[in-house]
Amino acid sequence: MEFLVASGIGVLTAAGLYLILRLRTFPVIVGLSLLSYAVNVFLFASGRLAANAPPILNPYKADATYTDPLPQALVLTAIVISFGMTAVIVMIALAAYLSEKDDRIDMTEETGEDA
Amino acid sequence: MAGIGAQGLDSGKNILTHMGKFRIERTGGIPLSLFLIVALPFLGSVLPALLIRAGRNSAYLSTAAVTLLALVGLLLNAPAVMRGETVTARLDWLPGLGLNANFFLDGLGLLFAGLILGIGLLIIIYARFYLSREDPMGQFYSYLLLFQGAMVGIVLSDNVLLLLIFWELTSLSSFLLIGYWRHLPEGRQGARMALAVTGAGGLAMIAGMLLLGHVAGSYDLTAILDQREAIQASPLYLPALVLILLGCFTKSAQFPFHFWLPHAMAAPTPVSAYLHSATMVKAGLFLMARMWPVLSGTEAWFYLVGTTGLLTMLIGAVIALFKDDLKALLAFSTVSHLGLITMLLGFGTKAAAIGAVFHIINHATFKAALFMTAGIVDHAAHTRDIKRLGGLRKLMPTTFTLATVAALSMAGIPPLNGFLSKEMMLEEAAHTVWADYGWLVPTLATLAALFSAAYSFRYVAHVFLGPVRDDYPTEPHDPGAGMWMPPALLTLLVVLIGLFPMAMASTLVETAAGAVTGGQVQQVHLKLWHGMTPALVMSIIAIAGGVVLLGAHGWLDRVWNAMPRPEAKEIFDALVGAATRASRAVTDTLHDGSMTRYGAILLAFVLALTGYAWFSGTLAAPTRRTMEIAIIPLLGWIGVILATALVVIFHRNRLVTLVLIGVVGLVVSLAFTYLSAPDLALTQISVEVVTVVLMLLALNFLPRETPLESSPMRRMRDAALSIAAGLGVGGLIYALMVRDFAFPTISDYHLANSYSGGGGTNVVNVILVDFRGYDTFGEITVLGIAAIVIFAVTRAVLNSPVRAYLLNRKPSEPQSGDAHPMIMVVATRMMMPVALMVATYIFLRGHNLPGGGFIAGLIAAIALVMQYMASGFSWAAERLRFPYSALIGSGVLVAAATGIGSWLAGKPFLTSAFGYFHFPPLEKFELATAMLFDLGVFLAVVGAVLLALESLARFAWRPGIASEFPMDINPAREVEETTAEEAR
Repeated sequence: MEFLVASGIGVLTAAGLYLILRLRTFPVIVGLSLLSYAVNVFLFASGRLAANAPPILNPYKADATYTDPLPQALVLTAIVISFGMTAVIVMIALAAYLSEKDDRIDMTEETGEDA
Repeated sequence: MAGIGAQGLDSGKNILTHMGKFRIERTGGIPLSLFLIVALPFLGSVLPALLIRAGRNSAYLSTAAVTLLALVGLLLNAPAVMRGETVTARLDWLPGLGLNANFFLDGLGLLFAGLILGIGLLIIIYARFYLSREDPMGQFYSYLLLFQGAMVGIVLSDNVLLLLIFWELTSLSSFLLIGYWRHLPEGRQGARMALAVTGAGGLAMIAGMLLLGHVAGSYDLTAILDQREAIQASPLYLPALVLILLGCFTKSAQFPFHFWLPHAMAAPTPVSAYLHSATMVKAGLFLMARMWPVLSGTEAWFYLVGTTGLLTMLIGAVIALFKDDLKALLAFSTVSHLGLITMLLGFGTKAAAIGAVFHIINHATFKAALFMTAGIVDHAAHTRDIKRLGGLRKLMPTTFTLATVAALSMAGIPPLNGFLSKEMMLEEAAHTVWADYGWLVPTLATLAALFSAAYSFRYVAHVFLGPVRDDYPTEPHDPGAGMWMPPALLTLLVVLIGLFPMAMASTLVETAAGAVTGGQVQQVHLKLWHGMTPALVMSIIAIAGGVVLLGAHGWLDRVWNAMPRPEAKEIFDALVGAATRASRAVTDTLHDGSMTRYGAILLAFVLALTGYAWFSGTLAAPTRRTMEIAIIPLLGWIGVILATALVVIFHRNRLVTLVLIGVVGLVVSLAFTYLSAPDLALTQISVEVVTVVLMLLALNFLPRETPLESSPMRRMRDAALSIAAGLGVGGLIYALMVRDFAFPTISDYHLANSYSGGGGTNVVNVILVDFRGYDTFGEITVLGIAAIVIFAVTRAVLNSPVRAYLLNRKPSEPQSGDAHPMIMVVATRMMMPVALMVATYIFLRGHNLPGGGFIAGLIAAIALVMQYMASGFSWAAERLRFPYSALIGSGVLVAAATGIGSWLAGKPFLTSAFGYFHFPPLEKFELATAMLFDLGVFLAVVGAVLLALESLARFAWRPGIASEFPMDINPAREVEETTAEEAR
């Protein structure tokens, strides 16, 4: 199971970074989303994996085991914040495209109606 | 209150409690704390900027009142200082770094703070009448107060690090003041040059002070001052000395850094009078005086400081004689006098130090007065060119009197105060032997005094004496009282100190000189007549020579102008130009505007670093048993790998990409469910919904396809980099997961205290709203800010020509004839109360079961977004009763108020209280203040998500798309319409 999670994170990271290195805004936004998944799962997995041990205290069972709650709390806010971040860059990309009619990432000499 | 949850671990709370633990030590009865004296100008600097709306007089009076208050506070402390006490105020700020907000007031500090605040007050009055109607006066006074605060901070600091901060602040605020007339190129250039020179010196001084503090083992000035032997014996003494002196010399315009001061004269005259005669340029002198007990007395000190001072005094005086601009003349004379004081400090004897302190007072009085009279002449005659002036004696009698008295004091004519301190200087110079040449210092000092007398005479003779001319730019006349009173007061001091030195100044000089020399000074004797001493002879030579030079000025001026001289500004400009070109060349090569290239370079660099770490480190054997791979997770894994691969392959088709991203998100939330993170799964899946809606909204306006642009080589390069990074990240997390924690985890604390301390069984939620509530508070604030940024960008874009483009834009694909299908409209409207009910349920149970403010907020937001999607933007916007920004604000406020509420119970910020209540017929129910905090989270999340999506949706709005009917297509309506038509 650890291998599945680790390889999943690796694939998401690689795909995210590849797309971030593309030349237009949309793939970069998608790449950032993929990278956010990878980072969130990475943080979560740093608390180690466990099945059937949610950090909800069970008052009827004194010896119950629980998974690490702290990374979960961190990731929970990270998920919401990454939505905010995605929304901001989407907005900036959109504003840039609408005003310049160009969605290229690189700053070039000429900008124009070719997109 | 049933219990108090969660203290200890929250760093935010710790900082707050640390902040509370300051101690203030007091010696003697203090009417006004030194903290307040330093803080007053800074706090007050807001007033003129705000009050300028109420008129110039309000801004002016508020500034004057602030300064007066600080001055009175200082004077209330003066008796204690005069008794020989040191007033202190201490506050441990970052004791770990040795940075403490410690202030102390001794004789030297009192002298300087008195000059800064006293002359500051006069300047403020003068400036009110000097500045014209077009000048933004509120800004001027704000800058002036900032500068004043920084200066007071320097002279009262008892910590060198704190002193450095104020030191840099004076550089910055003087930049604003010099460049105040920003429409003048000279003003901008002068400000830049002053900042470059004094800023560079400041950097050197930071290094010097750090060395000094390192040697002394403390950054507290009083502690450093006790360590003279240790510091002078250290091998770091010389580097520290040179670096600190660089800072002092640049600030005090000592040769060869003197050139910035004349160029800074492009500032308004009140600024010149304040910064460049009385205060800022004396900061360097102050520091040399302050450090005198530890740094002086060595050969290095004598030769560095004494020689620099001597040279500066001579060079400044010579150049001043040949300047035709009144302010340039005064600027170079200031350079010369600063050199004089530096030289006296450099001599290293107690008598010389007394002379230096006395001349600081005298120079401040006569030079500030002279600058103000120069400003009056400029104001009245509209020129400062001496060659175009003359004969003003009859036209401006008041100004003439003031300028003459002050100038004669500068020339060193008895019985004015300039004479007294100049005599002390010459007396010291007469006894000083420079490297076996006994004649050198006395001769050069006399020569400098001679030139000094000459330019002082010239200031009077060529401006005020002589025949009245008929070609002044305007008709000169004496100014109103507001402008001549401040210099008149200073001139009065010039005369009084000259006539009654013992009564007027001896106590202050004694205390200040005592502070400089670090011990009790014997009774200071200030008097006009010492008998026929060598100094008197030198003085007579100087004055006589000055008269002769003035007579020969016309001829000398021609010779001087014919002589080639190095022009400091050209050298400086050439240096700056070369530096600019070099940095531009480097920047242009590195930053060619290709963001993707930066990204690739960054990635390659990180890979190289981590690769090095990987191959140079060792890896211990795995210690954890891995989980078995079950069939369902395996299917999910296949799904996510496939979806990701397809995203990369088909990323040019943007719609397909969005669908595939949704698959990835879904599998991630399933994984969270499987791996015991129900809260995360709920959050992820609701965020997924709003993200996809967001992306779809954006895609509506973006091109559908991404063109193929990058070369195969480039794609290979990017693929190689990303695969390497993916392998690294995957490997790292795998290595992490198969090993146990290296350190005991703090999560056990959270698990153990969640119920007993925070009152909830959902540990994740308790962490969010209680243990780390401070973080969550920050996060909802950030989220709110992000949403408001989106809102602001939308507003800006829609107010630009883009709006016309959007209105005329034809959709790239045919639009549905039925934009708001009835089934969807009906379904979403019926779903809304249900969805809100679910949100409420999720919210209420959050403290004990998966759920909480974040998730409930997202669900509520989705419930509302559904209405926008199904029924249209206009329909939803019409029914909106409150702005979403208000929702965000109220959320943050509710959360803050909850946190502050715990202060009322005497607990740290965000301490939660909870209790269990039983309301029949309900079950036993928990009520916690954390729930109120969670409500704040809920409101902020709903507001932020909706504000972001609504802003994006605004782009699609066009007039007339709102249907007057609740649904676009209504068969009943069609039947009615057809029957109505048939009826006709």
